[in-house]
Amino acid sequence: MAGMTVIVRTIARLLFPFTFLFGAYIVIHGHLTPGGGFPGGVIIAASIVMLILAYGIERAQKKVGFLHAEVLESVGGIAIVILGLFGLLLGISFLQNVFPLGELGQLFSAGNLPLLYLGVGVKVTAGIILIFYAMLFAFRGEEE
Amino acid sequence: MSLEFLIQNALLVFLFVLCLIAIELKDLLYSVIVLAGASITLTVVFFMLQAPDIAITQAAVGAGVTTVLFVIAISRTRRRE
Repeated sequence: MAGMTVIVRTIARLLFPFTFLFGAYIVIHGHLTPGGGFPGGVIIAASIVMLILAYGIERAQKKVGFLHAEVLESVGGIAIVILGLFGLLLGISFLQNVFPLGELGQLFSAGNLPLLYLGVGVKVTAGIILIFYAMLFAFRGEEE
Repeated sequence: MSLEFLIQNALLVFLFVLCLIAIELKDLLYSVIVLAGASITLTVVFFMLQAPDIAITQAAVGAGVTTVLFVIAISRTRRRE
């Protein structure tokens, strides 16, 4: 993939921050509004994939490499497991809430649910970018 | 028999027709784009059934990610069926 025309590049560059911000909003407000970790992560991944398709795979790999995405996916998975083990260490069941609940409707409330959504969002974002890299690199050796 | 009921059934029939078109088309790139339209229709149906959570997921995955995945797969293989 070598990248696209100037029109597509300009639109992708202008649209990227808004798409990214929308995805981050859906992840952070996952416990208050519809959405959550998975849809928000997919939207963030779609914004990054848009840049990858517009600017070409070589320039995108300098910003978000294959190794970066792999490490981020593992970090998301480890965050979910550690949050679950917090509850297990304090003598209650896996993923049970141990943090203060806060007030209903506030952003900083609902115990460990926002942190769990953050972990899921990071994992889904990195996972979908990894799927795209795998699809783009799958037949690289046969073409050359 | 309200207006909402009629609109919902019309959307379901439209979804069925779009899926039939996507199966019958011989150009796979057109088929993928019709499938994205079917996904948007399914999003509206989910929203009318008061499941906005599923609607957001369907719109992001069905119209965004799967379309690009299919287009990359077509660019790696043949375009005609």
